[in-house]
Amino acid sequence: MHDIRAAAESVFRAESGRIIATLIRISGSFDRAEEAMQEAFAAALISWPEKGIPQSPSAWIVATAHRKLIDYSRREKTHREKADSLRYETPSAIVPDHLINEETSMHFPDDRLRLIFTCCHPAINQEAQVALTLRTLGGLTTPEIAKAFLTPEATLAQRLVRAKRKIQEARIPYEVPPARDLPARLASVQAVIYLIFNEGYAAATGDRLVRNDLCNEAIRLGRLLCELLPAEPENPGLLALMLLHDSRREARSVDGKLVTLEEQDRSLWDHAAISEGMALIERALRLSRPGPYQLQAAIAALHAEAGRAAETDWRQIAALYERLLAMNPSPVIALNHAVAVAMGVSLEEGLKRINILSGLDHYYLFHAAKADILRRMNRMEEAAGCYRRALELATNLVERDFLRRRLREVEMHGEGT
Amino acid sequence: MRYMMLIYSREGAELSAEDAARIYAAHASVMQDATAQGVLVGAEPLAPTSSATTIRMRQGKMLATDGPFAETKEQLAGYYIIDCKDLEEAKEWAARIPTSCYGDEGSIEIRPLRGVSKNA
Repeated sequence: MHDIRAAAESVFRAESGRIIATLIRISGSFDRAEEAMQEAFAAALISWPEKGIPQSPSAWIVATAHRKLIDYSRREKTHREKADSLRYETPSAIVPDHLINEETSMHFPDDRLRLIFTCCHPAINQEAQVALTLRTLGGLTTPEIAKAFLTPEATLAQRLVRAKRKIQEARIPYEVPPARDLPARLASVQAVIYLIFNEGYAAATGDRLVRNDLCNEAIRLGRLLCELLPAEPENPGLLALMLLHDSRREARSVDGKLVTLEEQDRSLWDHAAISEGMALIERALRLSRPGPYQLQAAIAALHAEAGRAAETDWRQIAALYERLLAMNPSPVIALNHAVAVAMGVSLEEGLKRINILSGLDHYYLFHAAKADILRRMNRMEEAAGCYRRALELATNLVERDFLRRRLREVEMHGEGT
Repeated sequence: MRYMMLIYSREGAELSAEDAARIYAAHASVMQDATAQGVLVGAEPLAPTSSATTIRMRQGKMLATDGPFAETKEQLAGYYIIDCKDLEEAKEWAARIPTSCYGDEGSIEIRPLRGVSKNA
């Protein structure tokens, strides 16, 4: 029995996204599909110990869930015929006869692409896009998602209900968008996946394990997107970017303390993830359709390539930031560019570029970056001032702790000179 | 599914003859195409909000006030009802409706009609 449960769980983990995607297509309803899938898994726990685990467990689940869907629609039809009060037209969820054929569902098609585009439809707000994607494609439970995003469970549940209602009521189509809409729609899918990754990667607060799960989940979704739409170079670009960042997971905090890229123990980096990320980004760039994810991945690859921090090719990184800046003129990218110039060309030149930036006065990293350049220039008092300003703005405990350590360092050096 | 497309735009600006002609032509083209495809359920411009009266029922008594319900920059200026396959098709129609009679402001709100069945 224990083995059966483990088998069912592993089918759920690996296949629930694909199963639910197919069931949504058949039933035209997220709720019905979820309910049918849950019942089918429950049925598996009863049937499999008696009859053995079927040859294709996921096809068995789909076929069983399919029968449940037919039951629901029969029940609903009877119910509707009986009802004689005020009736609203509801979208029909009757399963067409030709779909009631187990043969077809034995080789069920991959509907995950329709599902991901529907979950990330721009008519749904982004918070809900994220929740819906994790709930359906990721197979995460509502409490798991709530915990990962530090959101009350009730709020998250409400968000999911509203998103599903919107899909149903506005009739958001369950389809892969046509070619002319694809670039914009794909960008919103990529944004959701990257947001899930960053939620897991950026914040150091909350449950570490749950956070790592989010990164893993985002990488899994990134792989899925590459598998489903391999001709779009931004897909491997995004996957490479996430793999390369994630490869530093073990090195970037030691005993709960933030370790900068420069000071990380590079032997702790995940070299398998780095090789995979490098291969992906190289292949993507060869398609000669660069985009923001590919450029950021290329930057991450240059960091990953350097055996020691001092060997980092900062000039090349600065050149890549310049291209990124041309694509997306944002002050945050300009700040990164200035830092790369400071490291690759000269500290003076970098500082000059930082000083002309505007609109970043409330961004703690702006002051931290400026402080770091001043520290390298041995202008300790000015550096201390910038660290203090950064401390006023930073909220994350791990980052605050890091800034305080740096501030103490420059204050001590300042006294020495 | 029938979708109502509510046109919100800023009132009050005088239109140049050119703009007025351009906007009129855009509406005419949407209406012609939607009629030709048999999907146009209705469409009409509204008279300006200066002609609006808002009615509220308070403790069984009717209160009528001058003007629209909410004072906002953009006002409801007209509507279309078009029968569409899904939201994507509705968005395509909406994109063709001129949203503004003044500058590039204005928006189209797409709302599915729920429809109360006739034999209810």
